[in-house]
This record gives sequence, structure tokens and C-alpha cells, in this order.
Amino acid sequence: MRYKFARKAPVIPYAVFLILFVILPILIIIYYAFTDAQGYFSFESLVEFFTNTTKLDVLFVSLLIGFFNTLLCLIIAFPLAYVLANPKLNNNYVLVILFVVPMWINFVLRTGAMKEMLSWIGINGGTHPITATMIGMVYNYLPFTILPLYSTMLKLDRSQIEAAKDLGCNPLQTFIKNIIPQSLPGIVSAGMMCFMPTMSSYVISDTLSDGRIMLFGNSIYLSFSQLDWNGGSFMSLVMLVIVFLTMLFTRRFSRNTDPERGGASW
Amino acid sequence: MVTFKKVLAQSFIWILLALIYLPILLLIVWSFNSSTVLGVWQTGNGVNGSGLTGEVYEALFRSEEIGRALGNTVIVALSSATVATLLGTMGAMGAYYCKRRTTAIIEAVNQIPVVNAEVIIAMSLTVMFVMVGNIIFHENLFSFWTLLIGHVVLSAPFVYLNVKPKLLQLDPSLYEAALDLNATPSLAVRKVIIPQILPGILSGFMLAISLSLDDFIVTAFTSGPGLLSGQGTIVTLSTYVQSKIKKGPVPAEMRALTTFIFLLVVGIAVGYTIFNNVRAKRGSSHSSKRAKALARAEGRR
Repeated sequence: MRYKFARKAPVIPYAVFLILFVILPILIIIYYAFTDAQGYFSFESLVEFFTNTTKLDVLFVSLLIGFFNTLLCLIIAFPLAYVLANPKLNNNYVLVILFVVPMWINFVLRTGAMKEMLSWIGINGGTHPITATMIGMVYNYLPFTILPLYSTMLKLDRSQIEAAKDLGCNPLQTFIKNIIPQSLPGIVSAGMMCFMPTMSSYVISDTLSDGRIMLFGNSIYLSFSQLDWNGGSFMSLVMLVIVFLTMLFTRRFSRNTDPERGGASW
Repeated sequence: MVTFKKVLAQSFIWILLALIYLPILLLIVWSFNSSTVLGVWQTGNGVNGSGLTGEVYEALFRSEEIGRALGNTVIVALSSATVATLLGTMGAMGAYYCKRRTTAIIEAVNQIPVVNAEVIIAMSLTVMFVMVGNIIFHENLFSFWTLLIGHVVLSAPFVYLNVKPKLLQLDPSLYEAALDLNATPSLAVRKVIIPQILPGILSGFMLAISLSLDDFIVTAFTSGPGLLSGQGTIVTLSTYVQSKIKKGPVPAEMRALTTFIFLLVVGIAVGYTIFNNVRAKRGSSHSSKRAKALARAEGRR
């Protein structure tokens, strides 16, 4: 009996840690989101969020940039992962590692490098804020999309693809009817790895657009530095709801797949 | 026809690789020139007036600001990764023996920081620190410790996720055999369980370090008075570089530091690949030996 407890005991510090520093802060955020500056219960922040055009703009722009970045990353990473994982086209595993290595270099430094390179060729935050931000986003999140796609592509059932060809599918049909459905879990998890952080990113949009593009991250940061805790908390809550909805959406696709998605291992 | 496809595929891979490495490589090339911005090669000094100089490297070694940021970054990364690894590993081991429902709850909560946006983690922790500081301690709590907590929240759940699969692969009878052979539970854990889940613990630790090194938002929100200087707020490489590139180009000294970071990262990647190859070879020969021994034992019986 004593032994049994001793085996479970190590979970206690971690559980306490999770309660104190994960659950409690979120509860506090919810508290601030539904109170006013004097600490009384109110829907002030909620009404402000949905009537204030700048805040709705932030939501809209974040969703839009998140969507396009995810789309671009998938369009580039999908064929890349396919090619990397196909033994007929590539049998050099080192190339895969080469795509991961830049992730170990500090991402602020990489963003700085990108900013300098872009301003050298004439794309700077002052003249092309959206182009610069999008390039920076794709540059930063591409490796995160490659990995989950690559690990799904490794498990593609090649004989199924051959069968599709034998049964008279042209390459396009094989691609749409066979390769995409087979790799759907990878696509969804890669999209998730890309969409969420893009929406809430701070450094990339702030530096590459010279502060012209406000995403959720920038907006929460701003309201916090202006001591508008209630407004900032409500924005965090909206973001939290979006995170939760995206999670539910992802669950539907990856329920039957293996638990070790590419995201967790890096 | 197949070869044409392969050439096309390979060139696609290499073009993308080139594009991904281009910004970093440009910084490294310009680290041998004393120009303030990228794209302008300043001549007139250095080797034969070609502009090729090591001035930037000298400036790097003289820069106290960068030295401090680098020191802070390393201290924060190592200490937060150590704490996160301890907490996450213990949590995974304890949860493994808990009732199924308890484990499910812990795993659900563990998943929150994994999928959550960094800025929400940072904002919520900071608001809590301010509130607790005002109501309970009546002082400003922001210090190295709040920063450490922030980084541990970010990385401990990933350690948990790395250790858990290794625990699931464990043979439960080994632990019981150790107990039957008179080992105390703690000895059995140390000598039987820990060695088997060590790869998971190590990959969790490495992941924790990389998360801490890369973090900007949590550091910017939760850091307090300096760690190595004792004043101002703790500046790590992320916050230092961010404060510079917001106003202008990457500082020249940082270009030199990029060279070193790049060499270190590539070195680690090469070492890791070689280590993995060697281990895979040794592992396979080892297991085949074991298989032979087993076969022999079977035959004898």
C-alpha cells in the first residue's frame, strides 16, 4: 500500500505546478475580462471589443494573415515533404535535418537577418509592410510545417498510389483522390502548427512591418503596456477561444492517428 | 524520365534550402566587414583595402552588453530546462501510476500550454504575478524567479510529452522484479526505470533548452531586475536583438555572434547525426547478438 503511494507521489509537485501556473492564471484572465477598472463585474470589455473597429480589425487581419501564411506554408511544404520522403527522389536523410537546423538559431536574430535582407532589396516595412510580414512569416514557420508533413509522408502507402495509377487515375486524380486523403492528418497538424502562432505572433509583424500591422500578439502586448488589463484580458480570452475551437477542429481529423505528431517531437 | 524527375526534385529541395539559409549566410558574410548595414560593402580598410576585416569580431569580444545578454540567455535556458525536466519527468512518472481519470485530467491540463499562444501564457502569468505581488506580498515580484517560472511553464509540458511514450514502452515486470529482489522503490526507480526512459528525458531537456533560447514574449513580460548586472531588467539575446532591430539594423557585433551560433548549431547537428548513426549500427548488432543468445538458450532447453 505504501509502495503504491510512493509510485504516484512524484505527480504531486507537477500537479501543483500546473494548478498554480497554468490554471490559476487563466482564471485570473477570465476574471479581468469580465470586470471593469474598479473591479466590478461588467461586460465593458466585451462590448468594447465588438464595437471598437480597431480591435475588430486586429481580429480580421490576424485571421487573414494566419490563413494566408498557413496556405503558403502548406503549398511550399507539401511538395517538399513529399519529395523528401520519397525514396525514389531523395534518399539523403541529412537534407531533412538541414531544414530543421535553422530552428535552433534564435528566431529574433533570424527575423533581424530577414529584415536586413529585405530592406537591401527594397522591401521594407515602410513601403511594403504586408509583403515583408508575409515573407517573414513563411520564412519562420516553414520548418514547423515541413516536419509533421514529412512524418506523415514517410507512412504513405505507396502500393495504394501505384494501385490508383494502375486503375487508370491520371497523376492529378491520384494526387487529389489518394495522396491528399492519405496525408490529411499531417496537413491538419501542420496547419495548426502554423496558424495559431502566426495569429498571435509579436516580433515578426512588429519588426518587419515597422509596427504597421497589428496582430493579436501586438495588440495584447500594447494593451498590457498601456495598463489596459481588462481589454487585454478580453483579447486574450478571444484568442483562447480561437485556440480551443482550432483544437476541436483538429481533433476531428487526427483522432484515429498516432499520438506522436511532428509537433510534439520538436 | 525518372532521372529527370529526380533532378527536378533535388533542385527544388536545394533552392528552398538556399533561400532558408540565405539571410543567415548574408549576415555571416557581412560579419567580415565593418559596414553598419547589410548590402553595403565598406572598403578602404582591412586586407589590402578590400574591406575584409575582423573589426566586428573584436567589437563582439569587447561588448559587455552582448556578453551579459549571452550569459543571461545561457543561465535562464539551462536552469529552466533543468527544472522543467525534473518536474515534467516526475509528473509523467507519477501520472503513469495514477488512476486513468487522474491521468486524463493531468494530460488535458498539460496540453493547455502546448497549444496555447505564447502571448496568452505571458500575459496571464504576468497579471497573476502583479496581482499576487500587490495583494499578498506587497512588493514587486518580478525577478529572475518569475522569468524562470515563465520558461518552465513553456517547456515542462513538452518534457512530459517526451517522457510519456518511453514509460508506455516499459516492461512493468522489471520494476516488480527489482522489488522482489529486495530493492527499495526509490532504488528500483533509479536503477531500473530511469535508465530506460533516459532517451525521452534527454530529448525533453534538449527541447526545453531550444524553447527557452527562442523565447521572446514570455521573457519580455516576466523578466525583472537583471541577473548578472543586478539592475534594470534581465536582457536575453532575444530581447536584446529585438530592442535593436525595432529601431535599426542588426548590430554589427551580432553579425559576428551569428557566425559562432551558426557554427555551434551546425556542429551539434553533425554530431547528433553521427551519434545516431553509430548508435543505430551498434544497437542493431547488439540486438542481433541478443537474438542469437536467445536462440541458443531456446535450443538448449
